[in-house]
Amino acid sequence: MSEDDEDQSPATDLRSRNKSRNCISSSSSQTFPDHVLENVLENVLQFLDSRCDRNAASLVCKLWWKVEGLTRSEVFIGNCYALSPARLTQRFKRVRSLLLKGKPRFADFNLMPADWGANFAPWVSTMAKAYPWLEKVDLKRMFVTDDDLALLAESFPGFKELILVCCEGFGTSGIAVVANKCRKLKVLDLIESDVTDDEVDWVSCFPEDVTCLESLAFDCVEAPINFKALEGLVGRSPLLRKLRLNRFVSLEEVHRLLLLGAPQLTSLGTGSFSRGDQSQQEPPDYVAAFRACKSVVCLSGFRELMPEYLPAILPVCANLTSLNFSYANISPDMFKPIIHNCHKLQIFWALDSICDEGLQAVAATCKELRELRIFPFDPREDTEGPVSELGLQAISEGCRKLESLLYFCQHMTNAALIAMSHNCPELTVFRLCIMGRLRPDHVTGKAMDEGFGAIVKNCKKLTRLAVSGLLTDQAFRYMGEYGKLIRTLSVAFAGDSDMALRHVLEGCPRLQKLEIRDSPFGDVALRSGMHRYYNMRFVWMSACRLTMGCCKDVARAMPNLVVEVIGSDDDDVNRDYVETLYMYRSLDGPRKDAPQFVTIL
Amino acid sequence: MENVGVCDEFVNLKATELRLGLPGTEDEKQKVSCGKSNKRALPETEKDIESTGKTETASPPKAQIVGWPPVRSYRKNSIQTKKNEAEGQGMYVKVSMDGAPYLRKIDLTMYKQYPELMKSLENMFKFSVGEYFEREGYKGSDFVPTYEDKDGDWMLVGDVPWEMFVSSCKRLRIMKGSEAKGLGCGV
Repeated sequence: MSEDDEDQSPATDLRSRNKSRNCISSSSSQTFPDHVLENVLENVLQFLDSRCDRNAASLVCKLWWKVEGLTRSEVFIGNCYALSPARLTQRFKRVRSLLLKGKPRFADFNLMPADWGANFAPWVSTMAKAYPWLEKVDLKRMFVTDDDLALLAESFPGFKELILVCCEGFGTSGIAVVANKCRKLKVLDLIESDVTDDEVDWVSCFPEDVTCLESLAFDCVEAPINFKALEGLVGRSPLLRKLRLNRFVSLEEVHRLLLLGAPQLTSLGTGSFSRGDQSQQEPPDYVAAFRACKSVVCLSGFRELMPEYLPAILPVCANLTSLNFSYANISPDMFKPIIHNCHKLQIFWALDSICDEGLQAVAATCKELRELRIFPFDPREDTEGPVSELGLQAISEGCRKLESLLYFCQHMTNAALIAMSHNCPELTVFRLCIMGRLRPDHVTGKAMDEGFGAIVKNCKKLTRLAVSGLLTDQAFRYMGEYGKLIRTLSVAFAGDSDMALRHVLEGCPRLQKLEIRDSPFGDVALRSGMHRYYNMRFVWMSACRLTMGCCKDVARAMPNLVVEVIGSDDDDVNRDYVETLYMYRSLDGPRKDAPQFVTIL
Repeated sequence: MENVGVCDEFVNLKATELRLGLPGTEDEKQKVSCGKSNKRALPETEKDIESTGKTETASPPKAQIVGWPPVRSYRKNSIQTKKNEAEGQGMYVKVSMDGAPYLRKIDLTMYKQYPELMKSLENMFKFSVGEYFEREGYKGSDFVPTYEDKDGDWMLVGDVPWEMFVSSCKRLRIMKGSEAKGLGCGV
């Protein structure tokens, strides 16, 4: 059973027609017990929160399906093209919150031309009529225009939460409309989105009276803001708990904001963390400002860090559960005195500039660490890597509760991965990026098969895996044999033959999202997964060895699968070669908004 | 085709390697795909892959493959500016002054706005630049600061926002005398 909403494939429709013993078959008129049953069900089902449970409940019988549809207030759609907006509003009548995801993740890395799709427009216009009570919209990798935002602001008077993650297509003018018209707005979170600078003073557009704002995140907005207006806004937002500033807010300005509202803040994005005014005057007492942040547990920002001011955050370190240094080039010497105090840290993001030495310091202090992400300061292939298997080994020995890892490095060894697989049994997410393509274990010279094999074998809770380095089919054999809970798999420049992909498609029953690039997998491999594709959210394969003929065969054999072949600019060179395949199940057939470079088979 | 070659190379190595796998598990079917398998690689990259695959000698850094390593461009861009500062690369541009025997070089990233830059130039070449007017340019001096932009045109310093200037300035030239008149005062 899939976790996603759009689970009404033909097979399940048949199942739901089998009525349970409790359901009295209703013909033209509803009999009294039926009506009561519906009411009872409604009152009970409203307590079901998890969408897994709700999906299960909706399969019991047609009555349960109907009542569940009436009571579901939070809808999750993992692929915006899996169904049409009309289907959403037909099935679920009282939706208050929507989480919608668009483009596949590999689009983030320029592997797909712009204007591919994932437009929010049809969704907002349909919901505007169907759900006037809508309160929350959470979008990821969607194309959202200023007009969409304006329509949203006008159509939903009770609108409370707007969260845009990795979105694009809008600018500060769209934000301004939301700020101005959504009077009940509690959350405005712009996270890693591309926001164009329309030179609109959106901060001034918030209404002048006391606001309901609880969370305001605009660290990704690459435009200066009206600081005076921001100060005023913070001053009249008594419920504000989370504030993430962009790099156009200087240290002095942060200082002033903290004087206004420090004690309530639980999450602070510190902006540039550098001084705006370089003049000689005495800098304000930053330490005192941070000392006032008694509730801050989550710290981020440091977008243009002036390292000499970093110790100012020391007063909050002991309380921190989440620390994001991933935009700051911090050396080990600067880093160690800080991390030494962060005993409660659970989530830590940083650049590899902290080196293996810094990771050793993390391992020594952060015993509660659950999530670690190390990004490359210099994201190229042939540079000297400041972090390596030494740092990973230290982390595995010191942070036994680790659940999620993202680690960029230049070199790695199987031994370190094997050690981690034994030391960190709680791992659910393991993403290792050895930046040099096809790099073997740099100590033994062997492929990285055994290391990744150990991870899938010993980390029994693993649901997400990203592999790299030199990998043969053997690694994939391990994945197929042991990766029984894997839902998301990312593969790049790996494997020897079709067998590798076959192992995975035949061996991983929970696989939902498969993204592969530049690997020697072809038609045989693709065909071997046909029994799985209806149970998956999507499959992405780019720069592999697929032919058009095979993709057409798959499309023909699976009518509910949308098979997109995305071309590149010089398409005439080889018509049979498939540059990029992106396929996904859909209840409403192929989409109507596909651009020219997309061929739907 | 070249990229396919890389995988083939490694597979051939495997053929002679001692392994503990079951016999017959190595599937050597090399389905040759038609066309290049990595159209997105820049032309230089393909040559580099072959050379680095064979030897360990230091070769020039590989040209970038599209989307690799998988770091989002937002993050790459944010860090890139930092990198320039950290490496002390700065943005060094040549500064010439009419009549001066040799040129100088200054780091544009050391300044936050035009007045600072002007002061520094004035100190360096011992001259005075006059006052800047939006329409008429520099008045009150025989010297006019100009710069060559990305398109190769000679522009008056001070017309565009500072950030735009820094990103487009290739070199500076302090013009003097009659030549300066053309740019300095209103034409």
